[in-house]
Amino acid sequence: MADEVLTAPLVLEYPFTRTTGPVIGGFLTGLREGVIHGVRRSDGTVMCPPLEYDPITSAPLSELVAVGTVGTVTTWTWNGEPRAQQPFTQPFAWAMITLDGADTPMLHAVFVDSADDMATGMRVEVVWRDEREGHITDIAGFIPAVASTTGEPAAMPSDVEQVQSVRTPIRMEYTYTPGRALSQYLRAMKDKRILGDTCPETGEVSVPPRGVSSVAGKPTLPELVDLPDTGYIESFNITRVPIKMRPDLTPPYVSAWIVLDGASVGFMGLGMNVEPEDVRVGMRVRAVWKPDDELEMSAQNILGWEPTGEPDEVIADYALVGRIEQGDDQ
Amino acid sequence: MRDVAIVAFSQRQEAMINIESEVEFMVPLMNEAKDAVGLTQQEMGFTCSGSSDFLAGQAFSFVMTIDGTGPVPPISESHVEQDGAWALYEAWVKLQCGDIDTAFVYSYGKSSPGSLRDVLATQMDPYYVAPLWPDAFAIEAMAARHMLEQGVVSERQLAEIASRSRAHAASNPHAVRTAPKSVDEILAEDYAMAPLRPSDLPAASDGGAVIVLAADDKARELCDRPAWIRGIDHRSDAHTLGVRDLTTSMSARIAAEKAGVGNDKIDIAELHAPFSTSEAVLTKALGLGEDTVINPSGGAQAAHTMMASGLIRLGEAAQRISRGDADRAVATAASGPCLQQNLVAVLEGE
Amino acid sequence: MGKERAAVLGVGQTKYDTTYPGSMAGMLREAATNALEMSGKRWDDIDAVIMGKAPDFFEGVMMPEVYLAEALGCVGKPIMRVHTAGSVGGSTACVATSMIQSGVHETVLTIGWEKQSESNAMWALSLPQPFATSVNAGAGGYFSPIIRRYMMMTEAPELIGCMVALKDRKHALNNPYAHLHQPDLTFEQVVESPMLWDPIRYSETCPSSDGACAIVLGSEKVAEAHDGPVAWIKGIAMRSESGSFAGRNMVSPAASEACADDVFAQAGIHDRRKEIDAVEMYVPFSWYEPMWLESLGFAEKGQGWKMVEEGATSIDGGDLPVNCSGGVLSSNPIGASGMIRFGEAALQVMGLAGDHQVDGAKTAVGHAYGGAAQYYAMWVVGADK
Repeated sequence: MADEVLTAPLVLEYPFTRTTGPVIGGFLTGLREGVIHGVRRSDGTVMCPPLEYDPITSAPLSELVAVGTVGTVTTWTWNGEPRAQQPFTQPFAWAMITLDGADTPMLHAVFVDSADDMATGMRVEVVWRDEREGHITDIAGFIPAVASTTGEPAAMPSDVEQVQSVRTPIRMEYTYTPGRALSQYLRAMKDKRILGDTCPETGEVSVPPRGVSSVAGKPTLPELVDLPDTGYIESFNITRVPIKMRPDLTPPYVSAWIVLDGASVGFMGLGMNVEPEDVRVGMRVRAVWKPDDELEMSAQNILGWEPTGEPDEVIADYALVGRIEQGDDQ
Repeated sequence: MRDVAIVAFSQRQEAMINIESEVEFMVPLMNEAKDAVGLTQQEMGFTCSGSSDFLAGQAFSFVMTIDGTGPVPPISESHVEQDGAWALYEAWVKLQCGDIDTAFVYSYGKSSPGSLRDVLATQMDPYYVAPLWPDAFAIEAMAARHMLEQGVVSERQLAEIASRSRAHAASNPHAVRTAPKSVDEILAEDYAMAPLRPSDLPAASDGGAVIVLAADDKARELCDRPAWIRGIDHRSDAHTLGVRDLTTSMSARIAAEKAGVGNDKIDIAELHAPFSTSEAVLTKALGLGEDTVINPSGGAQAAHTMMASGLIRLGEAAQRISRGDADRAVATAASGPCLQQNLVAVLEGE
Repeated sequence: MGKERAAVLGVGQTKYDTTYPGSMAGMLREAATNALEMSGKRWDDIDAVIMGKAPDFFEGVMMPEVYLAEALGCVGKPIMRVHTAGSVGGSTACVATSMIQSGVHETVLTIGWEKQSESNAMWALSLPQPFATSVNAGAGGYFSPIIRRYMMMTEAPELIGCMVALKDRKHALNNPYAHLHQPDLTFEQVVESPMLWDPIRYSETCPSSDGACAIVLGSEKVAEAHDGPVAWIKGIAMRSESGSFAGRNMVSPAASEACADDVFAQAGIHDRRKEIDAVEMYVPFSWYEPMWLESLGFAEKGQGWKMVEEGATSIDGGDLPVNCSGGVLSSNPIGASGMIRFGEAALQVMGLAGDHQVDGAKTAVGHAYGGAAQYYAMWVVGADK
């Protein structure tokens, strides 16, 4: 079925490293040492966690003030099932908590058995993580405060190393779907067929198909067309140093725009079975396919492009995409 | 200010659009709007779009979608990484400069490939809040409890909002949550994220929308009854939740004042209110009364197409004016946690 | 109704570097504060902020204008976020200018930024895509085949690109904000630096930078009341086209030429080379200087490289100094790079470009491009109204 949906998991993740500056860094340094800081605003009140600017007036702020480790819940909700990215493993309450000595609430988790144990106005105290590094999760969370806990700020040790940066990894999972035209193209790839789509106004063919002609601003013709696995190199790049993210590619290697016979817009492919120095603009090439028993619904079925040995195409105009002296009118 | 009107609108919203890519499903919508006014892309004075890389899971995803407009020869164009309502605002500003008469606006979003409520956690303060990954429902639920405990709204009132959204959505072919539910049925739902019930949450959808703007006589020429933008303004609140009064929206109130919402009776309001609580906040901030029909389309609760929901509110309001169902309408768009940013537009028929 | 006049009152930058040591908000506030200071304005005077930035994946913050609004004085005010790929800094300045030309606002702060050190440009720009085959990493692999075509088309000498690279790095020595300061760099070292994306050498590419650039814009009324030099905006233009279609001019895209034609017509410029005193153009790979010289109409087609060879684009004796700031080749915080071009052009006509000031510059051009060389933004600024 042409409309059957192709899907694939797509995970985007990166361990972002954020430099902090003195205010955020000062707060995180405090967390590492077991002290929570706010910042004094121009009206004398204390905001916690601290920002290097007043979030209402944008005035610069810098005076860090130690606040207590006990505070009051101002609002909350129940998080019955921790979500994948959350740094908590048990059900918990999200809460806004105003620490003693601060005038604004901060967001964190409160650990109680159920929502029945939560209430606005309840007193909670910090649970510190054993190993602390200068991160918001140095506060493991909060628990209902024991009456005897004063939560007085601990003394900040002097001469400690300031936190300069913080790692905040992000991981997001998507289900990728390539779209209608590209799905058809990928399906055909399994049969070693290359499909392109046709502009309804100019009749020119593009590979891979995108389902839309940018020249016409219209859908391409519904019937995709079969193209041969031969064409020419429109132009090329030679990567001569290793690219860290592509350990699978050994330099020097050629990445070339391949224009297939019958098409007039190219795509990037890998040069194969040719020395980079011998690659030429206009060189005739054909696809090098994976072995038949390894074919999948993937553009990766084509390992690369190798010279056919035929005479080069003559480029009609070096500035223009897909324009050669012969073969451009099929 | 120059008179500028919405003269064409097209939209598509579905729970999941996974057969077509963004550009594939946007092209028919683009052409539908152009055909409605008989303009080609080359006749549009300016084009502006809105979309999000994070939503699509791709950097530069809008680069794919611009091809749908047919930008050959080149077009005068720009893109905002915001809801399409802000793209419309940028186009409206361009029209105010006086040297063009038409503008083409579109936006789109697919939430179904990822988990929108989790993706939105990456909008929060990146040092203190995002690393804890509070999802969008949790943030709104905390605001909701505060509102309830401050007495600015009751759970029954929230259920009434949710119930009305469903009732209105029943007649909207573009809505995705259309099954009617009574107030009592909603109050009987278990909490999804206390104190919010499933019906208080937005029904996520994939989709997009297109709007054509035209100025002065050009608008009258292209459309029998243009929806004139009599005022449009947008404002932001603070991001830090701890310094905001979450029972109200200062940004929406200021934008509404600037747009002139209170100058005359409002027949209908299309509010970008993903949650029942957001609608309660916006209704109050805009000063809307009993004589205004709120969210006749079912609103963003009945179909929440991230990056397009605001633009769709403008389109839904304009459509009702163009059809003669209303003479004066207000539409809003929102961005950020707990309605941090709001755009308000007043539309009128002639 | 006619368009209102708009002018630049202040430009603020951060020192471009591999890693900005502070927070994201701190980096933006430093640039914004510098711009406010030059313009004699305070946060309260700003009607709206227009922010520009390239992909959100660079910093892993979705739609960061939401988080940054309060850091930029936007509580109770409008803030917008533009994203047009690499041209975004330029487009953002154009959008901000429209806010004033339309009469909607009187005083606007516009800011472009990128904090690339939070992640990695190769990652953020080349996210994985299932089913696809990818043989390139980074922008150089995309642009090198186009540069190859330009070289074949014009038969330009092979080392023209190296001349541009050396010239921009020498220019950067006079700009305290530039990322790369290489006082001892020689032509031989540029030529002998390793081929990265052949025909592009390592020394012919731009660095990956953190940084922000902010500009304060004012209406005619605001500019007239300003105590200090201003740069009058004589024209703004944006053009976009598809990045892939049959018959596309890849060397001098139609959108580039249309953008230039539009902006120079608005500014009443007839002889571009003669009437323009300084150009800040977006040159992330050295060969794009001769290519843009032709595309923007400063040189005849096929002749741009001769201007480079003759030294016409050098601040030392050239008649059309290009990228006196050191350009993108010396600093590239992507989302800011276009804004830097626009801001540096303004500084030239304000006479505030410091050690890289072109003597007596009266009219200057800021230029940016992005995507598959498909998004363009330009402005022309002048010392006189």
